[in-house]
Amino acid sequence: MLLFYRYGFALVTGLLFGLGLAVAQMIDPAKVVNFLNVFFQWDPSLMLVMGGALAVTFVATPLVLKRDKPLVAERFSLPGKSKVDGKIIAGGVIFGVGWGLAGYCPGPLIVSLSFFNADILTVFAAYVVGTLVTKWLMARSA
Amino acid sequence: MEIINFTPVSALVGGLMIGLAATLLLLANGRIAGISGIFAGIVRPQAGDIGWRVCFILGLVGGGALYQCLSSDSSSLFVGVDHIEAVVSKPLLVLGGLLVGIGVTLGSGCTSGHGVCGLGRRSGRSLVATLSFMTAGVVTVTIVKAVFGG
Repeated sequence: MLLFYRYGFALVTGLLFGLGLAVAQMIDPAKVVNFLNVFFQWDPSLMLVMGGALAVTFVATPLVLKRDKPLVAERFSLPGKSKVDGKIIAGGVIFGVGWGLAGYCPGPLIVSLSFFNADILTVFAAYVVGTLVTKWLMARSA
Repeated sequence: MEIINFTPVSALVGGLMIGLAATLLLLANGRIAGISGIFAGIVRPQAGDIGWRVCFILGLVGGGALYQCLSSDSSSLFVGVDHIEAVVSKPLLVLGGLLVGIGVTLGSGCTSGHGVCGLGRRSGRSLVATLSFMTAGVVTVTIVKAVFGG
């Protein structure tokens, strides 16, 4: 029964998240690239997307984490690492370059799979390859 | 610098929805709504941990499908999608996708994981990550626009 609620909440939150990304027009790579085009022709919209999202999470997250446990799970699964290392920076930079080129980050990319579009599938396939290869290399060097 | 195509209402409403969704996932399932991380747990799964991830990802795609049903060219909140197209050629789309995959895996997160959830948790690590990808994004687009125009 608990599993039903776990899956249910995951599905509903995914739906709300995906709808939110679409409403915010983050599925339009032009809006992303124009946000990053600060020095020339700038579309500030993405700033308000992040701002709006952060307005909620910044306030709500500490309140939620005051609880002993989540509603339908055993415990909170939070990242264990807090150390800033080279991988965080290098990974961020590499991600940022790819983001600036294609205009897609993972969330909007997956939402856009609902378009059944060849360009989207191309970026998505490359994204999966990049993820798998990196995971494999990181596991090897661990 | 000139301002173009600023859509504050849909940006803010969408952002609030994203924040709400992330908060709900944390409250209900105790999970961080970091899309790259959630998806990574499907491509390299651990037993017993896949179900909720698949449901969330299906929800993401479903949200996109739902949006297309609701959107129209006359709406300012559910803006039409016909005008959406790739901003670069196919080879650059592939390169971009590859780099995004490499980067979020190496850096343990993306705009939702670090930017929305991580900053919400007051994570210094996420702040560094966010500043890194934002800076790299701006530099990349600046160089591309300066060299190729557009």
